[in-house]
Amino acid sequence: MAKKKTIRTIPQERTPMLEQDPRARAKNFEEVSYGYRLQDAMREAERCLLCPDQPCIAGCPVGIDIPSFIEKIGKKDLRGAYDVITATSLLPAICGRVCPQENQCEGVCTVGESLEAVAIGRLERFVGDAAIAEGWANIPYIEPNGFKVGIVGSGPAGIACAADMAKAGCDVTVFEAFHQPGGVLRYGIPDFRLPNEVIDAEIGKLVGLGVRFECNTLVGRLFTIEQMIGEMGFSAVFVGTGAGYPTMLGIPGDSLNGVLSANELLTRCNLMRAKEFPNYDTPLPIGKRVAVIGSGNTAMDAMRVSLRLGSEKVYCIYRRSKAEAPARAEEVHHAEEEGVEFHWLTNPVAVLDDGKGGVRGMTCIKMELGEPDDSGRRRPVPVEGSEFDFECDVIVYAIGTNANPIMGQTSKLKLNKWGYIATDEHLATSVAGVFAGGDIVTGAATVIEAMGAGRRAAASMKAYLGIRDSNLPYVVPDESGILFGIPLRERNFARVRVA
Amino acid sequence: MSNFEIVAREDFSDVTYLLEVRHPLMAKAARPGQFVIVMSHEHGERIPLTIADFDQVKGTITLVIQAVGKTTREMQQVCKLGTTLYAIVGPMGVPSPISHAKKVVCVGGGLGVAPMFPQARAFKESGAYVIGVVGFRNKDLVFWEDKFRACCDEFIICTDDGSAGIKGLVTEGIRQAIEKHPDIDEVVAIGPPVMMKGCAEATRAHKIKTMVSLNPLMVDGTGMCGGCRVKIGDEVKFACVDGPDFDGHLVDFDDLMTRLRRYTKEERMALDHWEQSCRLQKEIDAAAQAALLAR
Ligand SMILES: Cc1cc2nc3c(=O)[nH]c(=O)nc-3n(C[C@H](O)[C@H](O)[C@H](O)COP(=O)(O)OP(=O)(O)OC[C@H]3O[C@@H](n4cnc5c(N)ncnc54)[C@H](O)[C@@H]3O)c2cc1C
Ligand SMILES: Cc1cc2nc3c(=O)[nH]c(=O)nc-3n(C[C@H](O)[C@H](O)[C@H](O)COP(=O)(O)OP(=O)(O)OC[C@H]3O[C@@H](n4cnc5c(N)ncnc54)[C@H](O)[C@@H]3O)c2cc1C
Ligand code: SF4
Ligand code: SF4
Ligand code: FES
Repeated sequence: MAKKKTIRTIPQERTPMLEQDPRARAKNFEEVSYGYRLQDAMREAERCLLCPDQPCIAGCPVGIDIPSFIEKIGKKDLRGAYDVITATSLLPAICGRVCPQENQCEGVCTVGESLEAVAIGRLERFVGDAAIAEGWANIPYIEPNGFKVGIVGSGPAGIACAADMAKAGCDVTVFEAFHQPGGVLRYGIPDFRLPNEVIDAEIGKLVGLGVRFECNTLVGRLFTIEQMIGEMGFSAVFVGTGAGYPTMLGIPGDSLNGVLSANELLTRCNLMRAKEFPNYDTPLPIGKRVAVIGSGNTAMDAMRVSLRLGSEKVYCIYRRSKAEAPARAEEVHHAEEEGVEFHWLTNPVAVLDDGKGGVRGMTCIKMELGEPDDSGRRRPVPVEGSEFDFECDVIVYAIGTNANPIMGQTSKLKLNKWGYIATDEHLATSVAGVFAGGDIVTGAATVIEAMGAGRRAAASMKAYLGIRDSNLPYVVPDESGILFGIPLRERNFARVRVA
Repeated sequence: MSNFEIVAREDFSDVTYLLEVRHPLMAKAARPGQFVIVMSHEHGERIPLTIADFDQVKGTITLVIQAVGKTTREMQQVCKLGTTLYAIVGPMGVPSPISHAKKVVCVGGGLGVAPMFPQARAFKESGAYVIGVVGFRNKDLVFWEDKFRACCDEFIICTDDGSAGIKGLVTEGIRQAIEKHPDIDEVVAIGPPVMMKGCAEATRAHKIKTMVSLNPLMVDGTGMCGGCRVKIGDEVKFACVDGPDFDGHLVDFDDLMTRLRRYTKEERMALDHWEQSCRLQKEIDAAAQAALLAR
């Protein structure tokens, strides 16, 4: 028997992940990180102490059984690791890439108390990528139950809900307004962080589960939620339409050409492929000097996209300090490496007109941190008389988003005072049979939180429809691995029946 | 949803054409004043187009398009009967509030005649006295005259050169209508921004409610990008979800016109790039033709 691992016996340094050279990658859209090789993953797996109290599991919004999948990696059982992850999570290749792990699973890892935390996200990505490369998919035996379920929005919340309902035997259709599915994963997060092939592969698995995707469908306007429940015959509906409505600063000069939201920049670049203009028709403003306001993931993406499009200078303007920046730590680090110039404790007060309808620059004011506000962060206060002018020709606002108004305009769904859909603790809305989750309920959050919400809503929907997962243990009759023509690997552990 | 088949096409002039597209759900859902976003092919741009008519029985919607740039000119060439559009989504925007006005003037300028039509018809159906005012540069560009006239109690046609109807801009038509009818409740105008601005100015002094339909550049049409933002009084609105209809007396038209010029350089590039590839294609076709003949 192997000796028990202790903090002293494990590899002390976190295993690095191979990355493109910052100078080269700042000019291309290829993925920044190459991911672990098998030997890297095995070494990193060594670092997990397999803690009995497993704090990391509680740190993950969907509760992936982290130590057991890591243990399987250590034994080179990648397929086993994949099975463990997919018992709870649907999109390992995506979450491994985009989760803010330092605030979630890795933030509470025991190893992190004395050394750098186990690189859970990187290991998860490694397993997810292996599954894509090998074509693994856990398609269970599904017994149709006759319920028709509609999902509005194909972001992580909608996808997660769709998968669970399909596995429960429902006939699931996902409606998406854009011409391609994926939500923010597709239009927001750029290729160099999350390649389209990864999204396609993960969505392909849903299609394998029998989920139908109907793109080009603006629910609310083409048909309403009430029509879905009524005349269209859906037994239940999940709304996961995201919180895309961008906030503008509301300072003088806001409407000048050259001022745009990060959503517009990223959608033009990622979804509409403006980076390949004019081979794709959609244009994009490419500034010489680009100032991005904000410091979240969206801001980092906007900056790094601008660099890759060929802008000479890219500035990050943020009214608080680096410690308060809401982006994933890795994104800030990557942006710094690639040459973004950060101006912490700086706030724009006016956009300056070039006299031709465009932008000449911006007036900013210096800030300092005062007393903590409601969010517990120290409130930035302007330093009197510290205004200064700043030269730039494109300004990108990445200062947050609000609830999209279409659902509220077109249905009887009750909204809260900020315009988000109001739900109870089971994610049920004010309309019977309609559930909601993800950014449209909580405001902008994270991919994994949205997925978690989609799954919780699915659980509520199953309860509402009277679908129960059987808790009879499932015994494999023989080791040949084939049952009803379904291979052992693909078997379903939780058969489903209608109460 | 995919495979949106073009079931009819009509050319009004060498720059304006009509496409009737099969989309039964949309035909059922569409209301006057709403628009769609179209991508003609996978590499295409998303362009907003007003739903100029819809037929629930046939399950089709009608678009009337003016070829102004790369996308609309390319569509003019490739969107033939029986072909399909890559994507079409909608109906977008808040339907026009068909008020209980008893007497309305419906103004359509140039291509704006098409999107004005469903509103004029809706007003007529709701029992209003409808005065139609349409304007074109000259007689050759006139289209849908009969269709429009059929839902109007009075009809004024204006041309820049006087080759049809009265000589002058639509504002002249509005002036005449106001002179004759002191009891006009509402004016609705659709056309190029300068025209709508003119209409709003023409009615301001008379304090007649004037609605206009704004056409800023758009990407998603779902309130996600903010590219379509317009200034209405001292508020900023997103035309795709808050509009596209707004109170013309509050609209900052100069801002709208400046913002429409955002991508002039790139639009030019796209057009040049496309025209050049068309020329190349023609040369290749000609060479192939010549080679065939030489054999
Ligand atoms: C640029 C950017 C970078 C980010 N980076 C990260 C990151 O690194 N890590 C992380 O964890 N989180 C990140 N986030 C946040 C994360 O992406 C979101 O919290 C998450 O995507 C929310 O998922 P959702 O399913 O609620 O909504 P969305 O992903 O927003 O999906 C909603 C979908 O619904 C569609 N829709 C809307 N209205 C309708 C309608 N009426 N009918 C039909 N379809 C409709 C939309 O088109 C969209 O596709 C980032 C966000 C952005 C914008
Ligand atoms: C709500 C709405 C409804 C519309 N309805 C119709 C319609 O029914 N029929 C129709 O033909 N067009 C309509 N438009 C305008 C149409 O979307 C544009 O003409 C089209 O996007 C131009 O694309 P392009 O690539 O061919 O030209 P581009 O290369 O993009 O532009 C060529 C020229 O057209 C001008 N232009 C571009 N976009 C617009 C615009 N949105 N409005 C006015 N001028 C523009 C540019 O300034 C430029 O001078 C509508 C626009 C909106 C926002
Ligand atoms: S899903 Fe995210 S939070 Fe959960 S284990 Fe994976 S990386 Fe960590
Ligand atoms: S907390 Fe860290 S070390 Fe402990 S089991 Fe989880 S990943 Fe392994
Ligand atoms: S078109 Fe993007 S918000 Fe209106």
